[in-house]
Amino acid sequence: MMTQQDALINYCLRLGDSSLILGQRMAEWCSNGPTLEEDIALTNVSLDLFGQARTMLAYAANLEGKGKTEDDLAYRRSEREYYNTLLSERPNGHFGDTIARNFLHDAFLYHLYTALKNSKDETIAAHAAKSIKEIAYHLRHTGEWVVRLGDGTEESHQKIQQSFDDLWMFTGDLFEMNEVDELLIKAGIAVDLNEVKKNWDSTVNEVLQRATLQRPKDDYMQTGRLQGMHSEYLGHLLTDMQYLQRAYPDATW
Amino acid sequence: MDNIKDNQGDVWEVFVQSKPGLPHKHAGSLHATDKEMALQNARDLYTRRNEGTCIWVVPSNFIVSSLPEDSESFFDPSDDKIYRHPTHYVMPEGAKHI
Amino acid sequence: MLKKSSTDKNQLFVDYFFVKFGQPNKNIYNNMDEQQKLDAFQAKIDAEIKIEPKDWMPEEYRKHLQRQISQHAHSEVIGMQPEGNWVLRAPTLRAKVVLLAKIQDEAGHGQYLYAAGETLGKSRDEFIEELQTEKAKYSSIFNYPTLTWADMGAVGWLVDGAAIVNQVSLQRTSYGPYARAMVRICKEESFHQRQGYEIIAHMAKGTPEQKAMAQDALNRLWWPSLMMFGPHDADSPNLGNGVKWKIKRETNDELRQKFIDKTVHQAEVIGLTIPDPDLKWNEETGHYDYGKIDWDEFWNVVKGNGPCNKQRLEHHKRAHNNGKWVREAALAYAQKQKAKQMVA
Repeated sequence: MMTQQDALINYCLRLGDSSLILGQRMAEWCSNGPTLEEDIALTNVSLDLFGQARTMLAYAANLEGKGKTEDDLAYRRSEREYYNTLLSERPNGHFGDTIARNFLHDAFLYHLYTALKNSKDETIAAHAAKSIKEIAYHLRHTGEWVVRLGDGTEESHQKIQQSFDDLWMFTGDLFEMNEVDELLIKAGIAVDLNEVKKNWDSTVNEVLQRATLQRPKDDYMQTGRLQGMHSEYLGHLLTDMQYLQRAYPDATW
Repeated sequence: MDNIKDNQGDVWEVFVQSKPGLPHKHAGSLHATDKEMALQNARDLYTRRNEGTCIWVVPSNFIVSSLPEDSESFFDPSDDKIYRHPTHYVMPEGAKHI
Repeated sequence: MLKKSSTDKNQLFVDYFFVKFGQPNKNIYNNMDEQQKLDAFQAKIDAEIKIEPKDWMPEEYRKHLQRQISQHAHSEVIGMQPEGNWVLRAPTLRAKVVLLAKIQDEAGHGQYLYAAGETLGKSRDEFIEELQTEKAKYSSIFNYPTLTWADMGAVGWLVDGAAIVNQVSLQRTSYGPYARAMVRICKEESFHQRQGYEIIAHMAKGTPEQKAMAQDALNRLWWPSLMMFGPHDADSPNLGNGVKWKIKRETNDELRQKFIDKTVHQAEVIGLTIPDPDLKWNEETGHYDYGKIDWDEFWNVVKGNGPCNKQRLEHHKRAHNNGKWVREAALAYAQKQKAKQMVA
């Protein structure tokens, strides 16, 4: 039987891992942005996400009570022990792919954290209240870019439409729930993702419309986040990220 | 739009207010193609260290500047108008709060 | 100073007319001959009055600044790459955010500097093109690879350390926009060197492997760091005007000496050895004497034969080219919005 404590730890890992993996993806943009200004904007997002990840991983480690740190959780877990959203690990692709991916994810986090501000778990509520300010800005940033690219040139319109089409099958995973959610919703700690989905739909629809883009059809969706199932991409991302900690397990940095 | 030549966008000037009540101060400039982008770029570039409570951005070419050759006729005439400064006036001995 | 040499009313009217209607380069200097203009300019420099974008300046001064500021900007931007090489592999989350914030600052500094350069009449697009067609240079140090995590320590400690010595001095440079950019940059850079020194200090007292990495990083990056200050004064063709016009406030050798003097002790504190057998304190001069710098290597790296020259430029071009459709989309979008506003 899963205890509420186990459920809470898993929930924190989900939140922390998604921010960590997307943060790592955004760090890949460093020195690769379309302008210097945008380069800085993209790594700013990365920094916010790493900050969010650290809070949640530190909290998860604390709840576990085995003396682990945020770094133990980030650097010493393997693929199947990660609970990030499938969307967060999608490769950066071109700028439009990144913007589309982040926009969909930002809109998810925005509505999720808005709801989590009222969580009965004080740490999660405080984390949500702090993070929502950052995420609101991320959403504004990506939302504006979706519109610029959608309503820019013919080429940009086609490119970002394709980005949304390609990424759409990974959006269903964002709203999957299992017994962890059930337990924590009952305790007033977690929130019903069906509610989040409604708000997400309206944000996404509104921006896509402004951007003169088509919302892709809800067809077959990939899932797996809750079971620690991932794409092949995650392993490579972790290989880079964990290299030093794995190669020199006795060292501190 | 085939007539667009790739470039960095217009130059914008950024003015940041560091605390409520203080004037907006020129912080620097940046490139952006529209006002929302200019505002966001200014935020990311010039307020990464808690430096701001409000940002203004304005396209550089909207700023009208006096020129070096204006400076004599603009600024020298105020040199001899010392009566505009409070220290010009003689106050009776012992007068306070004035 | 800068008094009109003629009070001819007609001339004044003509001046006014042209200023008002935008005739370029029309100012009080027009009534002076070339030598008088130069004298007035030099008098201003000597009086420590900053030169501003719209002021008259000798063409050579403008060119010198364009070259120096753009080279400085390019260095900040290309300098993101060797450090970016380790962002994804930073060994702790704290180290990762610190490094990322630092690289981000460098992008910002590149941006401030390009902006200062643009006030001299060249666009950022032109500066970028000069970089990519190798007409403009950037600091050679960035053509060396960052091989281990200890290099993140050494780069922060030595490369930023050297850059700071130069930049602190440049806060007093004679061109206003450049000086202002430098003030801002120095304020932000203050944590950069500490970040690097912290990394290498920690590794120097870590496991034997870490200590070896730290010493190795110092061995590889020490000499290239000294080369960052440029050739010896005697071999530096641009120094004369640069110092006379107070673009550069101290010479290459003076700055290099400052850097060495303060760094030797920092190496001792963390138990690392500077790879120069000739390095020793000179009581008489009050400075450290140091060994011979390999200028052959320096000039080769400058000419493009460094280990990473090609890689760095290719990276820059790739990012720039990949961004082309994005910039075009943003321009097209802005144009459409403007058109809509006109109709409304």
